[in-house]
Amino acid sequence: MKTPSTVAEVADIIRSSKRVLAVGAQTKPRLSQVPDEVTLISMRNLSGIVEYDPGEFTFTAFAGTPLREIVATLAAQGQYLPFDPPLVESGATIGGTVAAGLSGPGRFRYGGLRDFILAVRFLDGNGTQLRGGAKVVKNAAGFDIPKFLVGSLGRFGVLTEVTFKVFPCPPALMTFEIPCANAAEAAAHIAKAASGRWEFDALDYDGTRILARLRGPQEALDLLAADILNCWPAAKRADNAVWDGIREWRFVGADGLLVKIPVTLRKLPALEAILQARNMALHVVGGSVAYAYHSNVSYSETLNEALVEVSLGGLTLRGFGARLCHGDSHHSAVAQSLKLAFDPCHRLGA
Amino acid sequence: MSLSRFAQIFPPERLLTSAAHLSAYESDALTAFHSRPVAVVVPESADEVIAAVRLCRELGMPFVARGSGTSLSGGSLPVAGGIVIALNRLNRILKLDATERIAVVEPGVVNTQVTLAAQPFGLHYAPDPSSQTICTIGGNVAFNSGGAHCLKYGMTSNHVLGIKAVLATGEVVEFGGPSRESIGPDYTGLFVGSEGLFGIALEITLQLLPRAECFHTVLAGYRTLEEAGDAVSAVVASGLLPGALEIMDALAIQAAEAAVQSGYPKGCEAVLIVELEGPREKVAAERPALDALLAASKPIESRVAANAAERAKIWKGRKSAFSAVGRLSPDFIVQDGVVPRQRLGEALRRISEMAREAGIRVANVFHAGDGNLHPLILYDGRESGALERAEELAGRILKMCVAMGGSLTGEHGIGVEKRAYLPDMFSADEIALMHRIRAAFDPLGIANPGKMFPGGDAPALVQHGLHPLEKSGVISRE
Ligand SMILES: Cc1cc2nc3c(=O)[nH]c(=O)nc-3n(C[C@H](O)[C@H](O)[C@H](O)COP(=O)(O)OP(=O)(O)OC[C@H]3O[C@@H](n4cnc5c(N)ncnc54)[C@H](O)[C@@H]3O)c2cc1C
Repeated sequence: MKTPSTVAEVADIIRSSKRVLAVGAQTKPRLSQVPDEVTLISMRNLSGIVEYDPGEFTFTAFAGTPLREIVATLAAQGQYLPFDPPLVESGATIGGTVAAGLSGPGRFRYGGLRDFILAVRFLDGNGTQLRGGAKVVKNAAGFDIPKFLVGSLGRFGVLTEVTFKVFPCPPALMTFEIPCANAAEAAAHIAKAASGRWEFDALDYDGTRILARLRGPQEALDLLAADILNCWPAAKRADNAVWDGIREWRFVGADGLLVKIPVTLRKLPALEAILQARNMALHVVGGSVAYAYHSNVSYSETLNEALVEVSLGGLTLRGFGARLCHGDSHHSAVAQSLKLAFDPCHRLGA
Repeated sequence: MSLSRFAQIFPPERLLTSAAHLSAYESDALTAFHSRPVAVVVPESADEVIAAVRLCRELGMPFVARGSGTSLSGGSLPVAGGIVIALNRLNRILKLDATERIAVVEPGVVNTQVTLAAQPFGLHYAPDPSSQTICTIGGNVAFNSGGAHCLKYGMTSNHVLGIKAVLATGEVVEFGGPSRESIGPDYTGLFVGSEGLFGIALEITLQLLPRAECFHTVLAGYRTLEEAGDAVSAVVASGLLPGALEIMDALAIQAAEAAVQSGYPKGCEAVLIVELEGPREKVAAERPALDALLAASKPIESRVAANAAERAKIWKGRKSAFSAVGRLSPDFIVQDGVVPRQRLGEALRRISEMAREAGIRVANVFHAGDGNLHPLILYDGRESGALERAEELAGRILKMCVAMGGSLTGEHGIGVEKRAYLPDMFSADEIALMHRIRAAFDPLGIANPGKMFPGGDAPALVQHGLHPLEKSGVISRE
């Protein structure tokens, strides 16, 4: 593992290596499990907030900056990243979060990480320093490279600096839980809640209950709560602390198996059946992405086959030796041409 | 002759070649530029679009996709020697799924049609460009179009979940899908905003949001633009997140009033529109803070929309501003630069200085919440050199935006109009990467060539006149 302290050093490592993969704090270990010939570049020393002006609703940070530092800095000014980046206390970095393409429960209300990233600095496969996007909250100039790099797993560039849009953090939050027998029931609750007037901030399903969150002024939440408890007789208030565990993925241990699976409400029951047949549990965020897990890595290839059958895909975040990408393995010709546009010598990525 | 090959795909009434027919397609809403295509084809199905693109590829013939031709940057300007693929007849909403809160639409569907179809389910499609009653989702996707609610809800890109497209290589791809999440890289995100340079979107999956239950819309008139700008800063600093924060200056107010009589307060140098939205309990809780803040900003007059009709009236003035300015001046150019929000006041001051020096009138309408300026540069194309002077001023404004740390365009795209300025914002290496990305989708360079990138043939300029669609009575500036 190399630990460069400057962007120029990162560029040198890229140019002088056969293959490289940038890593942050390795909180999603399957993503940095690589063959021996790949040099890992730790971005740990390229860390710190470069610019933050609360009045602009934007900040810029080096890729290796821990989320913890960013979240705390924003909170001190009453602001936040509405998509709830995961693993804040666990030490995840902002660059790793972008490259892995991960958002938390808050993605339900205003969108995911892709909807808040504004600009990037990165190195392509030749070690050339490049920028994409602009450091303002609105921009349509040039191709949207920042978005493209979300979830790119280090295959298209080594991120060195990222700029995000932030929002003022509403003063209060309130949590409800609604027991659910299964995913079909959960999907019905989510559909009803999501198109209603209440403006839920998060709507998760953890296998036994819906967890719903509101944000806003306390007096408004108190009034809304009365209406919500009336509309869902089975609902009751829950402790706000439940979100801390979800954010840190405490439902699965560091050496378990964890697969991210984008999903829709209609496919949720089928996915739940696939996972139950494999003794896996699930946590669903906003009805649109499931985190399927198991306390140890008892991975079976049949998971991929079953997902393909219902046209779902997935990405393994934790689980040594488990298949990384699930789903239809067909790659468009343009995907391969794009890889060459960013990385002609195939130096980047696991 | 290659047109006979197109005749094998399209019947004569959908393969337009006569001068009379072609003239309606010579320009988009950047009326100073025009160019006549070899032909216009009017497909009625995705298969016909695919066949046309594959034929273009075989012939090495340039093509320009066209929605409603409302681009303000010359994006849908035809390319000499090429064809235009007019997509207005691909206007079906293929699916509206209220449970998943998504719509799957063909590219020629008009923006407002999506919201109209979603309304019975209490849903809406958030991006709302002022041209929304005429522009298409395909055009919105190509330009990553915005509107008045971008600070809170983002632009088109933030609402597109999936795209099926035929690329300029002839390959048909499906990016993204019905889920709001995906596994990267984000090809859908890359396609949105590609200005028609990658290929043609055939089916677009859009996310729908629940319609806000309640709105609190305030119109405040100020003595100076600076006071209106200060009010915006105060709102932003307060921790509120309004759905919209819009400002219009005196000239824009005058134009809008003459056009649609929204009843904006008289004698103001600026009006500010602020809108809170959400469940009634939340709006009620936030309203006092906003009202106090606005009262402290000392407007000449401030008015709250008492009902939906009054709210619509306030918005009508704002949404008609561009076309209304057409009443003040025979011709105008709309600029679209972005500056860091807190430098809006400085940017407006410098624009007015530059305008004064150049002896040119400039009206300003802008998305104050996100620093997106829309200076409308007025000129009379019948005066010799007027267009060139207007363009020079436009260029100075763009360079100023970039120098202030902003962007050349917030929502209208680079198109033909701003392509010479791309190097002001991006390095040679960055532009080279964009060329390589483009080549991955379009190795022959046949999809909308001559746009976004500097260089290439300069299209002809007309000094003055109406949009061809206006001439043919399809659109009007009122
Ligand atoms: C009065 C007025 C007000 C406006 N207000 C706003 C505003 O508030 N916000 C804003 O963002 N814009 C605004 N615009 C600009 C314009 O309406 C938008 O850019 C709109 O998205 C263009 O849509 P269109 O259907 O007219 O596309 P066109 O002008 O026909 O095409 C625009 C671009 O999209 C490409 N294209 C079209 N269809 C496809 C497809 N299916 N696949 C790939 N590429 C395609 C074209 O090649 C072209 O490059 C305004 C314009 C006018 C005239």
